[in-house]
Amino acid sequence: MIGGLFIYNHKGEVLISRVYRDDIGRNAVDAFRVNVIHARQQVRSPVTNIARTSFFHVKRSNIWLAAVTKQNVNAAMVFEFLYKMCDVMTAYFGKISEENIKNNFVLIYELLDEILDFGYPQNSETGALKTFITQQGIKGQHQTKEEQSQITSQVTGQIGWRREGIKYRRNELFLDVLESVNLLMSPQGQVLSAHVSGRVVMKSYLSGMPECKFGMNDKIVIDKQGKGGASDDAGKSDLGGGSGKQSIAIDDCTFHQCVRLSKFDSERSISFIPPDGEYELMRYRTTKDIILPFRVIPLVREVGRTKLEVKVVIKSNFKPSLLAQKIEVRIPTPLNTSGVQVICMKGKAKYKASENAIVWKIKRMAGMKESQISAEIELLPTNDKKKWARPPISMNFEVPFAPSGLKVRYLKVFESKLNYSDHDVIKWVRYIGRSGIYETRC
Amino acid sequence: MTDSKYFTTTKKGLTSYYMLIDKMNVSLTQDCEDPNPLIRALAVRTMGCIRVDKITEYLCEPLRKCLKDEDPYVRKTAAVCVAKLHDINAQLVEDQGFLDTLKDLISDSNPMVVANAVAALSEIAESHPNSNLLDLNPQTINKLLTALNECTEWGQIFILDCLANYTPRDDRESQSICERVTPRLSHANSAVVLSAVKVLMKFMEMLPKDLDYYGTLLKKLAPPLVTLLSAEPELQYVALRNINLIVQRRYGYTNAVLAELKEYATEVDVDFVRKAVRAIGRCAIKVEQSAERCVSTLLDLIQTKVNYVVQEAIVVIKDIFRKYPNKYESVIATLCENLDSLDEPEARAAMIWIVGEYAERIDNADELLESFLEGFHDESTQVQLQLLTAIVKLFLKKPTETQELVQQVLSLATQDSDNPDLRDRGYIYWRLLSTDPVAAKEVVLAEKPLISEETDLIEPTLLEELICHIGTLASVYHKPPSAFVEGSRGVQHKRLPGSAGSGESVESPDTGSAAGASDAPPAVIPSQGDLLGDLLNLDLTPPATTGPPPPATSGLQLGAMDLLGGGLDSLVCSSRSLAERTGQVLKHSLVCLLALMSLGLNDGTFLSFLAFFFFNFGLAPAGPLQVLTPLSPNQSIEVALPLSTVGPVMKMDPLNNLQVTVFYFWNFLRTKLQ
Repeated sequence: MIGGLFIYNHKGEVLISRVYRDDIGRNAVDAFRVNVIHARQQVRSPVTNIARTSFFHVKRSNIWLAAVTKQNVNAAMVFEFLYKMCDVMTAYFGKISEENIKNNFVLIYELLDEILDFGYPQNSETGALKTFITQQGIKGQHQTKEEQSQITSQVTGQIGWRREGIKYRRNELFLDVLESVNLLMSPQGQVLSAHVSGRVVMKSYLSGMPECKFGMNDKIVIDKQGKGGASDDAGKSDLGGGSGKQSIAIDDCTFHQCVRLSKFDSERSISFIPPDGEYELMRYRTTKDIILPFRVIPLVREVGRTKLEVKVVIKSNFKPSLLAQKIEVRIPTPLNTSGVQVICMKGKAKYKASENAIVWKIKRMAGMKESQISAEIELLPTNDKKKWARPPISMNFEVPFAPSGLKVRYLKVFESKLNYSDHDVIKWVRYIGRSGIYETRC
Repeated sequence: MTDSKYFTTTKKGLTSYYMLIDKMNVSLTQDCEDPNPLIRALAVRTMGCIRVDKITEYLCEPLRKCLKDEDPYVRKTAAVCVAKLHDINAQLVEDQGFLDTLKDLISDSNPMVVANAVAALSEIAESHPNSNLLDLNPQTINKLLTALNECTEWGQIFILDCLANYTPRDDRESQSICERVTPRLSHANSAVVLSAVKVLMKFMEMLPKDLDYYGTLLKKLAPPLVTLLSAEPELQYVALRNINLIVQRRYGYTNAVLAELKEYATEVDVDFVRKAVRAIGRCAIKVEQSAERCVSTLLDLIQTKVNYVVQEAIVVIKDIFRKYPNKYESVIATLCENLDSLDEPEARAAMIWIVGEYAERIDNADELLESFLEGFHDESTQVQLQLLTAIVKLFLKKPTETQELVQQVLSLATQDSDNPDLRDRGYIYWRLLSTDPVAAKEVVLAEKPLISEETDLIEPTLLEELICHIGTLASVYHKPPSAFVEGSRGVQHKRLPGSAGSGESVESPDTGSAAGASDAPPAVIPSQGDLLGDLLNLDLTPPATTGPPPPATSGLQLGAMDLLGGGLDSLVCSSRSLAERTGQVLKHSLVCLLALMSLGLNDGTFLSFLAFFFFNFGLAPAGPLQVLTPLSPNQSIEVALPLSTVGPVMKMDPLNNLQVTVFYFWNFLRTKLQ
């Protein structure tokens, strides 16, 4: 298991050092600094073995977090733990910075003692931790016996991520469907690879211990219901707006630990008691029938040896009533470019010599429109025999629908002990589709 | 929060330190009785951190109480405390019966207590390889699986990692565990997913391959692995290292990349294009179902007539022919059209090989080869050797028309060439042809073993062990734990259970003698590496005085792999060509030099061991090995062992480094170990 945990600043000075096991010597903390932080060549692997001691590190802004061990530990677990540690610290004191860490170091040691016992990760849900790691001392607080046992049963219990007795005057929840759409397209417009990786982020402000059920237009569920003869009108209320598709095939999805996985496995229903506040309910991946919000049509012509003519057309491919934002098209130029002249119909385009690219920005663009840029690139004659490799044209954008076609059908809330019902909960749903790696070869 | 590390332990302050500890202990013992469970837990957690032998005895009574505390928070902390105490004083833990109490906690009603107890027991069990501490039986497994649904993400990892050590009694039990573990594949925590994959990969081995469920499970495994790749970069790294292992064990998902590769193959960047074409070839060889599409893709690429694409494609197609003989010969005509455009030696050699191999189906094979022969001396050795072999093949297939041609090439090779390899090969063919044409035919036109694609492949027994370590550091380093973990921890070797159908990998490792070892299947290199490991880590195992080498089947691993480094690699390469040579030239059996070494150790005990490193590559002993009495240190002897070629061998390497290999390896071992 984890033998120790160190936090360094950007210079490699130790801010936090907590050693859990005897096999980690005092020199371990220096070994990491010398061999990784101050290494002559940048260390690229997140796992480093120095003299039979393994170091796992992650970086947050300019702070290094390193876990150290001499055993054959579960590497994935160590990284997940380091991320969790970052989350917990952020939840307690905000951004992870040298100053914040120095100001909160007693708290951090206390947290490290609680969430890592002898190197074994323990309950690390902030909701639960905040009930008893308060920096005020346990003896000082006058807790009743019930309160104490409530804390312990919550920390060790099945629903470690939520405390009891939460109350809101207004029961409200927000669902964000955030997708990133990735594409690689050939110059002829053939899709070489495309996938969407999406996340459903939920912000819940609900009283008590609400039981929630989340439904989306998952093909497997819809098909099952279709067989049962149940008519489904949820699909008609077109929240997504991108397409009229009824259901989508999800390649794979993963859930926050609050979701009952065995129930999902057997019935494919997503039921859970949510943590309070913001968290990521699920992640998913789709590869079929992706709505590609933009089509890029490149035309590159070499005129002699010293000139290139580039014409790029972009077409928006979604409902005319929707607006895409933050559109940016990046057209790579050869290294020996000496000058560029650009004409574009819409937005602004600039040749950026330092990035070897023409960057074309459009603030907004409605669906079913097209726009065009043409550029003349002057080249310096070179002796370089190797031809220009023509890197792909990449694109960035943000659209107000889910390119996977995913739609939230319902999120039902049940809380039997308190007197509010599903109807009283105010629910908000938002879809944001962003470009991941969205490239067209030219 | 107190921790002994915060106190100075200099000798000066030692007396006051003990006094302080003593005082603290009293107060901690009191705290263990506190009505507040958080205080009780804090006390027991802190006591475990005081790593002073004398003091630990004070710990026992409070700990015993806390293990049976009514509050789960105290119990889960006490469970970890047992592991702490065991680390300080293992004997004490055993004497006080804490291990039994810990075992009882596996049946605790609280899932987190169960998880911590499992974690503590697993770790303690690691340092007692032979004890039956984690006595897993269907009842406890059932309890673990129930807790799995309820405990924290970390607890799930502990439980899954523990489950992976269990060997189900039969395929039904195996299947029912798999069914209960699969939901974990959709957990957001990648470590949970990887640990679940580990359990599934291991237990799948027990399932009959024709079972429907087996296929379903296999299908379920792939998507979560792909999803892991969209995790944070550090986890992606861990995931990729693991996927590498898993894919080596279970092929079959590579089809989708073909269109992309084809697109890449029309790029401008020459090196990139070459790699793309090679990759297409690899797909064809690795995944049989995709071979046909790969071949047609390659043909499309040849039609582009782009010179380097065509050349690369021909090199690749040669390998495909070797993998799937008599299947895609219809494309030969297209290949022949491009004969003139080939200017790179590798492509020329590949084309010549194809012409020679399929001479009977190419009408003008003699003309084609003759055209190459014109500039024989300007060709590179690779092409010359290939041309020589191809013409001999042609002659054996069509003796009447090509007598002149073969004489010409033989005289070119033997009389006009300065290259010893070429001359040697020429003479061999010449003598074979002149003494016994039938034998020549048998040798030269022998059925060739199929090649298999195995770039960057991990040796199977090591792979098996690494599969058992999915998600852990071993899987990241691609090394067995013994290579980077000190002491006795983690040096136990894990292996996959045998499948229900084939009993071959379930054999219990028998304690063979040298003679027993010679019956071993060809997997000798790893066991030898392991011996090196033993030699180098003397504290691990008592040195054997009579020197029986562990049998190759024991699944033991390359303990000293990092030490041997490139040495083994080069050995592997040249042994391959040795096997190739054996396969081609001396088909039936040959007596091969077997190096028997004995090494003296510093403490005066002797170990002798065998180094028959050839077997892995298609050679197997044809008879028992005549082993002499145990050897004295620094003595080396030579023993002859008849070998036969049975296993598959790979790749066409130049057949010239047999002697070099043996010498290189000899010297290498000597310098390393003496």
